[in-house]
Amino acid sequence: MSLTRTARTRRLTAALAVTAALALGATACGGTTKDDAAKEGGTAAAGKADPNAETKKDLTVAFLPKQVNNPYFTTADNGGKKAVESLGSTYKEVGTSSGTDTAGQVSYVNTLTQQQADAIAVSAQDPGALCTALKQAMKNGVSVVTYDSDTKADCRQVFVSQASAEDLGRTQVQEMAKQIGGKGEIAILSAAQTATNQNTWIDFMKDELKKPEYKDIKLVKTAYGDDDAQKSFQQTQGLLQEHPKLAGIISPTTVGIKAAAQYLAGSKYKGKVKLTGLGTPNDMRAYVKNGTVEAFELWDPAKLGALAAHTAVALESGQITGQEGEKFKAGDLGEFTVGKDGVVSLGKPTVFSKSNIDDFDF
Amino acid sequence: MTVTATPVREEAVPEPAAGRRLIDKVFKARELAVAAVLLVMLGATQLSNTEFLSEQGIKDLLLNATILVLVATGQAVVVITRNVDLSVGSVLGISAFAAGTYLQDGGSSLIAILLAVALGALFGALNGALVSLGKVPALVVTLGTLYIVRGIDSIWVGSQQITADDLPNGFVDFGHDGIWVVPYLALLALAVLAAVGYYLRSYRSGREMYALGSSPEAATLAGVPVRKRIMTAYVLCGALAGLAGALYLARFGNVDSATGSGYELTVVSAVVVGGVAFTGGSGSVYGAALGALLLTSINSVLPAIGVSSVWVTAINGILLLLAIAVDRILALRVAAVLRKQAAQLRSARHA
Repeated sequence: MSLTRTARTRRLTAALAVTAALALGATACGGTTKDDAAKEGGTAAAGKADPNAETKKDLTVAFLPKQVNNPYFTTADNGGKKAVESLGSTYKEVGTSSGTDTAGQVSYVNTLTQQQADAIAVSAQDPGALCTALKQAMKNGVSVVTYDSDTKADCRQVFVSQASAEDLGRTQVQEMAKQIGGKGEIAILSAAQTATNQNTWIDFMKDELKKPEYKDIKLVKTAYGDDDAQKSFQQTQGLLQEHPKLAGIISPTTVGIKAAAQYLAGSKYKGKVKLTGLGTPNDMRAYVKNGTVEAFELWDPAKLGALAAHTAVALESGQITGQEGEKFKAGDLGEFTVGKDGVVSLGKPTVFSKSNIDDFDF
Repeated sequence: MTVTATPVREEAVPEPAAGRRLIDKVFKARELAVAAVLLVMLGATQLSNTEFLSEQGIKDLLLNATILVLVATGQAVVVITRNVDLSVGSVLGISAFAAGTYLQDGGSSLIAILLAVALGALFGALNGALVSLGKVPALVVTLGTLYIVRGIDSIWVGSQQITADDLPNGFVDFGHDGIWVVPYLALLALAVLAAVGYYLRSYRSGREMYALGSSPEAATLAGVPVRKRIMTAYVLCGALAGLAGALYLARFGNVDSATGSGYELTVVSAVVVGGVAFTGGSGSVYGAALGALLLTSINSVLPAIGVSSVWVTAINGILLLLAIAVDRILALRVAAVLRKQAAQLRSARHA
């Protein structure tokens, strides 16, 4: 799933991917150099940003999600599609059917470069493995935006972040504190022990818990369900057995939270042990309605996709180059500013509860 | 392991009954060993965490094992005939989605389960036909169907998913309710296990599966309808994977196009840990079920005593190697005993 990354597989595939990147990258280069002149458009390589530059039309914007057929990315990419088409450009989506096929992602980047796509919005399976291919793409005049999962900062122009890690971490603790009345034992159910984004959020959660208003809340354990339904089930069981006084569980992963919710719903802990975290409304609807879960949060992936699309077009039009402080308009979403390291942040997450969950469908 | 069919003689004087008892004991011992490991592990966990075997705890242990027990039962039958079915994970996934789609459109729970079983049996028949008629190694054939079925699943399911919200309440409740500590799902699995176990032990066609696994050539010469038996094994295995798919849906309330991927390895591990030899012809479905219970229980034990789940895969691997080692040692022992007796017999004749 989008929220995590299995590092075990990553390390293995990374080695393969780098080799593939080198091999394929070389071929891609040979195939496209002669067309470079034709594609001198406004890209990062072109120099200074002109915020008033006209928005270009008839561009081809390709979305390369971490995994196709993943409901989360389908929603995000459909948001991107709508935005691309509203700007008068052409949208396309390509990608691997496995979320850990880094070599596959590399070859898609190379293919897109060869096909002379104008901009690529990619959700990277690995922060390093795509670098060679993406740099090659940028050199050939393709604008590169990452969304949901970033690469290293020098391998893309802008990263469209779903919400800042800090906001996500802190708001989940705030939500949990509200639900358990500010005191009691809590635990975290994460994905893989090595998932970078999970760990960043958890660090912010721990930091938030240091504040004096949470002095009665004690984080007793962080468990790892590896984003596997059965494992997350058993980890939830283990948490409740090991800590019978547990008041609440925070699960910052969509797979973890729905597994935990399904377990709680069918156990004696239903309604007694609170559960919050990051989940999608469709996954969680049944549990919110039957009283297992009060409220949880997530960003709106459709908006994330739309913002990635607007960012890609803004880059290709030369309105921004990815430098800190540049501003651009993203249609209905409003105005955004490029932050440090070329990061554009979507904003605070949305909280879903009984009152608003039916307004969302993803 | 082909020892089941060979009578063992204690002395030069033939004593088949006593010999069979010895062999029986050896085989029982293997299942007993798995059961003993399981009990010791659960007992020790209970000592360090008294919540572990609470009412909810026992219920969870049984529920966790149910799905794996069902698939392992089917797999054991196939392995006994000296074949293997690697497509079970994919079949489980696609059956679960089929049942989910049917329920989503307002269908009845019972028909949804039957639908999943039928779909599973259909894929089982496909595997069976390819293996028995095509005379292609089962490993390769079912590796092929693993990918084919997963491919069909991906095209059909796409990015859709079935969530708990799409399912009737009765069906979801069936996934976790039960009689006192025994969930309905576990009762269902137990019934299936007993039926398959009885069939293998007491029916002629059941015994023929062992014969087939011990020595396919000998079985053919003895007039065992090889194709038919292999077909039966695969259809049964597919149907149980389908049933497990429907139960997965009830238990987890969530199915997408990745459901069940990689499950075949867990299933094969459970079967081997439970003492069903990969060379065919030996072991029992009860052993496979115990193996399944052992593997899923480890996953519950470690979190309950606060050990990181990172250890789970390593422990599973060690158990697997232990099971194979025990199997090998037993095979060598039995072979040595047989050789000695044959020598005694020969010298008795020459004397």
